[in-house]
Amino acid sequence: MTPNPLYQIMPASDPSQLDKKDFQSDQDIRWCPGCGDYSILKQVQSVLPTLGVPKEDIVVVSGIGCSSRFPYYMNTFGLHTIHGRAPAVVSGIKSLRPELSVWMITGDGDALSIGGNHLIHLLRRNMDIKVLLFNNRIYGLTKGQYSPTSEQGKRTKSTPLGSLEEPFNPLRLALAAGASFVARSVDVDPKHLQTTLKAAAAHKGTALIEIFQNCNIFNDGAFEPVTQRKTRADRQVVLQAGEPLLFGAKRERGLVLNHQKLCFETALVEEVGLDAIYKHQPENQVAAQLLAELSFPESPIPMGVLHQVQRPSYDQAMSEQLDYARRLYAKVDAEAELPPKPSVQSLLDSGETWLVQ
Amino acid sequence: MAKDLGSVERRERVTIRFAGDSGDGIQLTGTQFTQTSAIAGNDLATFPDFPAEIRAPAGTLAGVSGFQIHFSSSSVFTHGDTPDVLVAMNPAALKANLADLKNGGVLIVNTHLFVDKNLEKAGYESNPLDGDTLSAYKVYKIDITTMTLNAISELGLNQRAATRSKNFFALGLIYWLFNRDISHTERWIEDKFRQRDALVADANLKALKAGYYFGETAGLFTHSFVVEKAEIPPGRYRNITGNEALGLGLMAAAELSGLELFLGSYPITPASDLLHFLSKQKHFGVKTYQAEDEIAAVCAALGASFAGGLGVTSTSGPGMALKAEAIGLAAMMELPMVVVNVQRGGPSTGLPTKTEQSDLLQGLFGRNGECPLPIVAAQSPSDCFWAAIEATRIALRHMTPVLLLSDGYLANGAEPWLIPNMSEIEPIRKDFHKPQLNEDGTAQTFLPYKRDENLGRPWAIPGTAGLEHRLGGLEKQHETGNVSYDPDNHQFMVELRAEKVNRVTRFIPSLEVFGSNQGEALFVSWGSTFGSVRAACTHLNAQGRSVGHIHLKHLNPLPKDLETLFDHYEHIIVPELNLGQLNLILRSRFLVKTTAFTKVKGKPFKVSELEAFFEQVCTPISPEKLIQLQEGL
Repeated sequence: MTPNPLYQIMPASDPSQLDKKDFQSDQDIRWCPGCGDYSILKQVQSVLPTLGVPKEDIVVVSGIGCSSRFPYYMNTFGLHTIHGRAPAVVSGIKSLRPELSVWMITGDGDALSIGGNHLIHLLRRNMDIKVLLFNNRIYGLTKGQYSPTSEQGKRTKSTPLGSLEEPFNPLRLALAAGASFVARSVDVDPKHLQTTLKAAAAHKGTALIEIFQNCNIFNDGAFEPVTQRKTRADRQVVLQAGEPLLFGAKRERGLVLNHQKLCFETALVEEVGLDAIYKHQPENQVAAQLLAELSFPESPIPMGVLHQVQRPSYDQAMSEQLDYARRLYAKVDAEAELPPKPSVQSLLDSGETWLVQ
Repeated sequence: MAKDLGSVERRERVTIRFAGDSGDGIQLTGTQFTQTSAIAGNDLATFPDFPAEIRAPAGTLAGVSGFQIHFSSSSVFTHGDTPDVLVAMNPAALKANLADLKNGGVLIVNTHLFVDKNLEKAGYESNPLDGDTLSAYKVYKIDITTMTLNAISELGLNQRAATRSKNFFALGLIYWLFNRDISHTERWIEDKFRQRDALVADANLKALKAGYYFGETAGLFTHSFVVEKAEIPPGRYRNITGNEALGLGLMAAAELSGLELFLGSYPITPASDLLHFLSKQKHFGVKTYQAEDEIAAVCAALGASFAGGLGVTSTSGPGMALKAEAIGLAAMMELPMVVVNVQRGGPSTGLPTKTEQSDLLQGLFGRNGECPLPIVAAQSPSDCFWAAIEATRIALRHMTPVLLLSDGYLANGAEPWLIPNMSEIEPIRKDFHKPQLNEDGTAQTFLPYKRDENLGRPWAIPGTAGLEHRLGGLEKQHETGNVSYDPDNHQFMVELRAEKVNRVTRFIPSLEVFGSNQGEALFVSWGSTFGSVRAACTHLNAQGRSVGHIHLKHLNPLPKDLETLFDHYEHIIVPELNLGQLNLILRSRFLVKTTAFTKVKGKPFKVSELEAFFEQVCTPISPEKLIQLQEGL
């Protein structure tokens, strides 16, 4: 993307010299000791220097909640906005400045409750934004109420007899909203999280990563059944494009697509044969929906990039439409050099005017 | 078109109201008459008045659409209190508008629909055209529909399509009655319809001419009228509505400041036309973003401002309520943003298509915490242009969101406008911040909340190496902008943000009183009531009454010399289209005894209402009292 000279105040810095420390701000981190947010912060600070993007071109924007304190700890341009509205703020930033690398930090309450509307429209428009959705299935900053991803029956301060609500599945929601990149990762698996962050960074369009994040104060162990080191091989299917969906300590089991029931079922490889195991096709939106539906303990849960397709991002389309309009107005063809902006005076003087002597 | 000018009557000023069903093309007819009158050199003002429903049931009172134009050979401040001419295209239009027609006024009625079913729909028990209920007016009963159908019968359009041309017949007739040249409308019909549907273009042209010739040959009218050119400053003019002027003003402000214009908006009456207007200006680099809701619209504008654009959001009252939290964030982040509120009748959904000034207090106080922001209000359709530039100037100078108040009357009303010359408008200066070096050549620590003399802070935009910083809604430490919960810092910062807004007064030009500098009463008004109040003041001055008028463009902060004016008048009258919002502010801020004159009928003040109120408040003043007032005692 060619940067707009209007915004080139200083020469760009050299991204090849960056390391993790360059992304650490001078602010004391105030998350609870043991919070999963620390790991996510660390992985983001590790990945950003590797992207080849000048640090000053990176903007980190959040809403409200524990996770949304994130921008204060990043030594980049950043905004800590209001509850649920980060998708709208980043849309304005990116529409004006498509050349910026914009990262949005949000939580399950911020993104899926108060900001649910903005999130689906962000995904629908395919703004080129990287969305890190920290899902801890609880409201932490307000001290422990159930969230839109809390399981039905959950007892919290606001649901002493158990919540009545069916939770959202963030991945299904994102896919239904037309997301072009949907992935899942987890705070306690730094390597997988870094890989997933890099994949999101490389995607042109809205890239949403649901990150399982442990709130050790109000919802400790929410993801433990699927994230514990000793059992996770049996309970997670790590997705790789083109590769069969295998899991288990010895990759002895896999997922088979049941064409009648339109769902994935687990099978032993030695019983069905490796060819029967479904090969992951991230471009297939329907398969991604079926993967997103998998939940423990009925089946292993998917980790990694469930879905990725290329389609034009809003910010890019908007820039192109503006250029198109300018060429159309100047009556030059699409290959011609972009004509200069007309003056506002020409618009003031246009239309029906008359001279008073 | 040559014309026998044998029997013409000269008039200084005339007010015409066109009224019909909302599908009758009334707004189009009114706009054409407006343009033709403006080109003929009249000063003028208009008032379109249409229902909130797109197509209310045909023939009902709810579906009546009206368009009023006041044109003159001298100055025009308002759209006219009472029409001299009413054109009623159906019974409902007659019923809804007759009460406003001047006694002795001209009433032109399309008789075609004055039959049982339509009379009933309009709530008439008997046909008002029979009997003597209309005897106070000069009534012209014309079957405009049938005459239109006859005039265009040879084109072979079906009846439904052919009937649509009847408004052009009526327009042609009015053109004849006021000795207007029809060529502007002929050209307009060609441009508008020829490509799309040549048959419709022909039908409209034929109907227009048929109406005109009917006036000339039918002998119904004893004479026609002439309203001569007005004495107006020389130069090139165009007609402009408030919403167009607002759009042009924002574009001009962007050009004057060298910024990219970004509008985040969500459709809402009566502000949507601003979104439409700016969406058509993509070739000027204008970015418009129709957001998923009002909150997203303001948040996107704020994001654009952070990124270095001129972020603007436009809405009306209900949308303003939704945006409140984000405007508070903009105030906290101290980013420039223009928030346009084209006010309408409230509360809640209220009267979407009707005008009101009832969002002043919402603008002043409608956010959590101590959150003042500058407020600028436009006073006429064309003044929306200048108000947009002023709002932007303040936003950039002081790094703050600014509220720009317009209203439904200004948004849709039109007036002739002397086209400004951009090179004569003072540029708006606000440079993006650059990293600063110490004397030894090392980089200075960037302090995002270190202020200049206007208390504005530096605007450091993404992409500027060395100025990475974080903004947010949590309280800021002075200068560093770091999060701070320190009690003394909070007190300091709350007062600092308030003082920043107060410093706008340093740039507000001193007030100039119109009319009497002392005496019986001072009118203090704001917003779209300018025309009515100025006209009332002019009339009262002409009658020898000592009345002054101050019209406020800055509602927050108020001009610092306002207070000094009050002592010179016996009464301070504050007319507003609300229940006394500015009045409340003036009383609380200045401990001054004011008299509110308020109205919330969805319509502007009539000049006569203001004069009558003045008479009620001000008994004639004694010579002794006058001397005391002159001496400021």
